[in-house]
Amino acid sequence: MAFFLETLLGGLMAGMLYSLVALGFVLIYKASGVFNFAQGAMVLFAALAMARFAEWLPQLTGLTQPVLVNLIAFVLAGGVMFMVAWLIERLVLRRLVNQEGTTLLMATLGIAYFLEGLGQTIFGNDIYKIDIGMPKDPVMAFDHVFPGGLLINQEDLIAALIAALLVALLSLFFQKTATGRALRAVADDHQAAQSIGIPLNRIWVIVWCVAGVVALVAGMIWGSKLGVQFSLATIALRALPVVILGGLTSVPGAIIGGLIIGVGEKLSEVFLGPYVGGGIEIWFAYVLALLFLLVRPQGLFGEKIIDRV
Amino acid sequence: MFYRENGQFKTSYPQDQQIFPIAQDRVFVVLLLLVAFAAVPFFASDYMFRAILIPFVIMAMAALGVNILVGYCGQISLGSGAFMAVGAYGAYNFFARVPEMPLLPALLLGGLCATAFGVLFGLPSLRVRGLYLAVATLAAQFFADWMFLRVKWFTLDTPSGSVSVSNLQVFGMSLDSDVSKYLFCLTLLVVIALLAKNLVRGAIGREWMAIRDMDVAAAVIGIRPMYAKLSAFAVSSFIIGVAGSLWAFIYLGSWEPSAFSVDQSFRLLFMVIIGGMGSIMGGFLGAAFIVILPIFLNQFLPMVAGLAGFEISTTVVSHAELMIFGAMIVWFLIVEPHGLAKLWSIGKQKMRVWPFPY
Amino acid sequence: MSKAIGDVILDVHNISLNFGGVKALSDISFNVREHEIRAIIGPNGAGKSSMLNCINGVYTPQQGNITFRGQTFSHMDSHQVAVMGVARTFQNLALFKGMSVLDNIMTGRNLRMKSNLLLQALRWGPAEREEIEHRLRVEEIIDFLEIQPYRKTPVGQLPYGLQKRVDLGRALALEPQLLLLDEPMAGMNVEEKQDMCRFILDVNDEFGTTVVLIEHDMGVVMDISDRVVVLDYGKKIGDGTPDEVRNNPEVISAYLGTGH
Repeated sequence: MAFFLETLLGGLMAGMLYSLVALGFVLIYKASGVFNFAQGAMVLFAALAMARFAEWLPQLTGLTQPVLVNLIAFVLAGGVMFMVAWLIERLVLRRLVNQEGTTLLMATLGIAYFLEGLGQTIFGNDIYKIDIGMPKDPVMAFDHVFPGGLLINQEDLIAALIAALLVALLSLFFQKTATGRALRAVADDHQAAQSIGIPLNRIWVIVWCVAGVVALVAGMIWGSKLGVQFSLATIALRALPVVILGGLTSVPGAIIGGLIIGVGEKLSEVFLGPYVGGGIEIWFAYVLALLFLLVRPQGLFGEKIIDRV
Repeated sequence: MFYRENGQFKTSYPQDQQIFPIAQDRVFVVLLLLVAFAAVPFFASDYMFRAILIPFVIMAMAALGVNILVGYCGQISLGSGAFMAVGAYGAYNFFARVPEMPLLPALLLGGLCATAFGVLFGLPSLRVRGLYLAVATLAAQFFADWMFLRVKWFTLDTPSGSVSVSNLQVFGMSLDSDVSKYLFCLTLLVVIALLAKNLVRGAIGREWMAIRDMDVAAAVIGIRPMYAKLSAFAVSSFIIGVAGSLWAFIYLGSWEPSAFSVDQSFRLLFMVIIGGMGSIMGGFLGAAFIVILPIFLNQFLPMVAGLAGFEISTTVVSHAELMIFGAMIVWFLIVEPHGLAKLWSIGKQKMRVWPFPY
Repeated sequence: MSKAIGDVILDVHNISLNFGGVKALSDISFNVREHEIRAIIGPNGAGKSSMLNCINGVYTPQQGNITFRGQTFSHMDSHQVAVMGVARTFQNLALFKGMSVLDNIMTGRNLRMKSNLLLQALRWGPAEREEIEHRLRVEEIIDFLEIQPYRKTPVGQLPYGLQKRVDLGRALALEPQLLLLDEPMAGMNVEEKQDMCRFILDVNDEFGTTVVLIEHDMGVVMDISDRVVVLDYGKKIGDGTPDEVRNNPEVISAYLGTGH
């Protein structure tokens, strides 16, 4: 029983990490109707920026206080992501207004490859560390309930809390602010929104900036956990089923979807894996998403997809 | 001046509907085939065969298959690597398990395995499209990744997980020299390209394009979306499967599942986008571009850097490759969504009126 | 103009169609006789296109049924409807923009093409002959609609009026017994409208095709149609010859403004 709970908890934590990346997908899709394949590349880019800035700052300025260095690196990396967002809007999105979804999807695929190459050219392609002071040792908790206690990873716990905070902020943003409303209008129909005076370009820059910051937070956390390396870019692929489950337009859906995928992957690997040769994690999330697609394409919380004749 | 159609009147519908209606085009294609079959084997070096020609021929076939699904029928697919894998492992199993199985039937049977797999994972296209269909095809990709990695039966229970073939022969001729490999693949490519071209200019091709352009209207004029979409998956995955088996048997010789990973799927999709969606020639142009670009960059960039006075390592070149791919994808999607093939046909248009500007 | 108007071939019984809370059609019944030209008129939003979509199988009505050539259906399947000989054009031109005029109209022949995949791949013998045979029929349609110079042009590049003709051509390629035209003259100038009228009358005259058409131009409706159905807010408010409908007070108050 304790083992099951540990696996469950481990899955929940892993799920939260997926959700962080999925949030970026949802944001951009909600606001511009584009699925951003480049989100993973953005996570990598942001993480690389922060890791290297944190490395270079002490060398260049002599600052060594870790909290300060990390904070400045974070802000600098955020600035870099702003620039990236602005450039993407300027060079790519502006020219593809009202193209169909598949074209935009493939364009973001191109952006992903470009960012991956650029990031490694500018910041290098070794494995870098991000050290934001996350406690690396697991703790044993609940040892009055279960003998020996449950192994809980503190780092994952904190990551989960950060993700929850981020989600709350974003939900408020979308629901309560005028900009949020404008974003939702844009997601519905680019040209219509443009024709009623919503400044499409600025909106898109804002959204991609926010998504960039989300990517930075995700990159920071994943990077702290795994080290910043190229494989971070493939996270986009792993988080994609999350938004199918949760719904492409739902911020809470990204969280719930992430949790389900995280738990599902862990549980199926541990309990089903041995019967079929292991390694189920490779496809579990995707097959689950596939089943959802056939039964309920809009996911658990997404808006129903209407096809006009 | 040279490319005018003056005097070329079509007096019958077969003439009007032939694959190359302009005489100069026919001449060009015949010359091209002569060069490809007869001249190249004499002049190309081993390196050219192994690094450029053979991969190009096989990838062109795969790109053709992907183009039928993505370009002609409009069904986005990120699982092409999986279809190649099923073709490769399918052919391998027939070849290795069935005694005295000749090479060509094994390859074609591998293609048929890919067809079955393709139709199965193509079923979601009846319900969803766009991004959601992309997710379904990714499911196919990852499932195939796992299947060939973990289900030992497919790899004949080898401990290392990688398989190999050797001593390939076709019709009594041995396929150990580069030239013979090249000619074998080229022959298959030409045959498949011809069959594919006939399909896309016939009734089924029009059905595919109708589904791509507006599937509701297509249903109303009597086209069955189910038949059209699944036939696109079937034909496409057969071609990709055969290409996959060629890639494994002829080009790689021995391989692991990672040879057919999702990166391969993306590469194929890029070939189709850059080469031109909805065009048989687009597959060729895109494959040529993607095969040659890394080699070109590997030679060109260090040379340019040398002129400017600094050194470039191979990792930098590979990063540059990523950046150039990405940038080209975006550039083509913005400027010329119909890819190199469209640029080619614009060029031909200019040629038709040359030396006049229009 | 004397022509033999035959028996009822299409009978619409008590069709009701809702979208969520919106009632698009309420209890509509009317019939269409063979060889006639039946117009459906009404203000915007009256449900005319929805009615056509029901006959065509694009929408499924919640209530009522449709009898076509003696067979009754509670809902129509698009493909089956096409097989049974019903063709239509669309208000918003659902043409296949990536294909040429010739290919667009050829898709209308697909129902009648029998050769299978393998034969088509080889493009040999029967497949080639079939392709030629259907090409001949399509060329007849192209001649009829006077769009010969444009046959190889991608339809996306043609002006709107010509695209409408291609839409009609594609519908004609099915050799339909019943032709549903959804605002075939929308957005056309006087000359284009005259041409289109001529085509519709010729189709009805030469091939005996029954035509149901939605149209806003009162002049056209009064001129070419044999009988008229008037819809308003999803309900039927008039049904009869053009003269009867023209003098119906309900119709006048709801709809008939200035004639053109």
